[in-house]
Amino acid sequence: MKLAELQRLMAADVMRPLTTADDLISPQNQASLYVKPNDTLTSAERLQIYNRGYWYRVLDSLREDFPGLRVLLGETAFTNLSEAYLADCPSTSFTLVNLGSKLEDWLRLNPQWAGRHADLTLDMVRLEWAHIEAFDRAALKEIGPEDLAEFSSTLKIQLQPHVRLLDLQYPVDELRTGAEIRAGARATGRRLTKAPLFVAVHRNDGYVYYRRLEPAEFNILQSLQRGGRLSTVLTRALHNQPVPADLQQWFAAWAQLGWLCHAKPPRKRRPAEP
Amino acid sequence: MPANRFNGYTDLGVGIGLRIPHYQHIFANKPVVDWFEIISENFMVDGGRPLEVLDQILERYRVVQHGVSMYFGSAERLNRDHLRRLKALVKRTNTPWLTDHLCWGSVDGRYTHDLLPMPYTFEAARVTARKIREARDFLEVPIAVENVSSYAEFHVSQMTEWEFLNEVVERADCGILLDVNNIYVSSRNHSFNPYEYLNSVPPERVAQIHVAGHSKYEKYILDTHDHPVITPVWKLYDHAIRRCGNTATLLEWDDRIPSFERVHAEARKAEKFRSADVELIPG
Repeated sequence: MKLAELQRLMAADVMRPLTTADDLISPQNQASLYVKPNDTLTSAERLQIYNRGYWYRVLDSLREDFPGLRVLLGETAFTNLSEAYLADCPSTSFTLVNLGSKLEDWLRLNPQWAGRHADLTLDMVRLEWAHIEAFDRAALKEIGPEDLAEFSSTLKIQLQPHVRLLDLQYPVDELRTGAEIRAGARATGRRLTKAPLFVAVHRNDGYVYYRRLEPAEFNILQSLQRGGRLSTVLTRALHNQPVPADLQQWFAAWAQLGWLCHAKPPRKRRPAEP
Repeated sequence: MPANRFNGYTDLGVGIGLRIPHYQHIFANKPVVDWFEIISENFMVDGGRPLEVLDQILERYRVVQHGVSMYFGSAERLNRDHLRRLKALVKRTNTPWLTDHLCWGSVDGRYTHDLLPMPYTFEAARVTARKIREARDFLEVPIAVENVSSYAEFHVSQMTEWEFLNEVVERADCGILLDVNNIYVSSRNHSFNPYEYLNSVPPERVAQIHVAGHSKYEKYILDTHDHPVITPVWKLYDHAIRRCGNTATLLEWDDRIPSFERVHAEARKAEKFRSADVELIPG
């Protein structure tokens, strides 16, 4: 048996949904074809050590990354969702940090796992994924409050990569930062009511925070994410609406929080092939 | 030999793994530690607290990088994005050597995040050695591969684990991160003599040694890194030191992590086996 063939066989068995040793010796999964038994363990039992290890590892990782989702759904439903998600979307990254990167898209395609309030569940998934991204995305050289005084119209600015913007249907930020999460208990006594809101998930001094935004503030920050000259950013965001009265204060606050940085120059296009 | 071309001709002493629960203690008390080993993947990020912490550690301590997902033994090609990020980290830490495991763990771009055992075949040795060479050429730093604990053996194997290790490191011309706890765990799971393994390891290629604790179950032993090192493993360590000399040594404690002082004290037990006049066992 060639190396690639053996590894494909074993990986399929290791990543098979948590199973018993009996399943691993079924006609479809013949562990004994490639794994030797020993005096105390059958081939399937030896393989099962890896199968269990795989699932404990990936399930633990999702549990750690999505504590709010766990609270919303409850432990059993969360575990069922996690197993179904990981069966469809196994890790394709060298780091477990990216394990939940496809959860939002997968949940939209598979709403049967989202519980009774799918919108609420999706909001929490988006918030928790933004939290992960905000934690270790790049922070480029800041444009600080002192730089704003000398703001020139030609200066190209953008939002720091670690600032993530979310338009949400439910105030899941409150639940995520609340005592229910810290206690790890299900928020049975609490109902979140629909109340659309805008949130920035950002990093400050190594820690991740949530900041509520005004709708117009959110639009301008979204435009800032694309980067450009200030005039371009505002034109794109305001669509001929009057400039908000709080604009200057907002910029001062964003600069204070370290959210603004110099826009990256656009990538040079390769010359067309002759 | 303690300082050799596989560990950048360094002689680092006894280190411990840099772990989050110890950050506060380290920054507050600035303990004397010979060196820290970091898990490379935890710091292969674009920014944030992991890199801030690392930079603070680097101001005061020597750091050596240890990886868990290069998967030299996987049949597929090396992940270029992984390599690029790893190289950026190598430049940041100035690690004198870099280690990862003699194992596989990904297939067709899907990652198990486990250290899966190799089939001990000549084909696997060729593939693995080629990838180690590619990685070393790209990263421009000495590489040492670690023997893993294993719970399964394959029908296709053509040699013992130690013969396979030698085959790979000779072909790749790389170093060995000799994990004596892993030798012990595998020896119990696969009924071989751990001293036969140790005696077959070329001492001149050993760049570093790992010691760790494990968990014993009814029918097998699991490499859990959540206990102190047991006496039989210390005896293997003693034997390894007498074969290889006072090689850089690291205690791994990765789960149910106790206080910094407890982990450091456990690591420093290694010092009683190390002395300036350690009597080497001939060849």
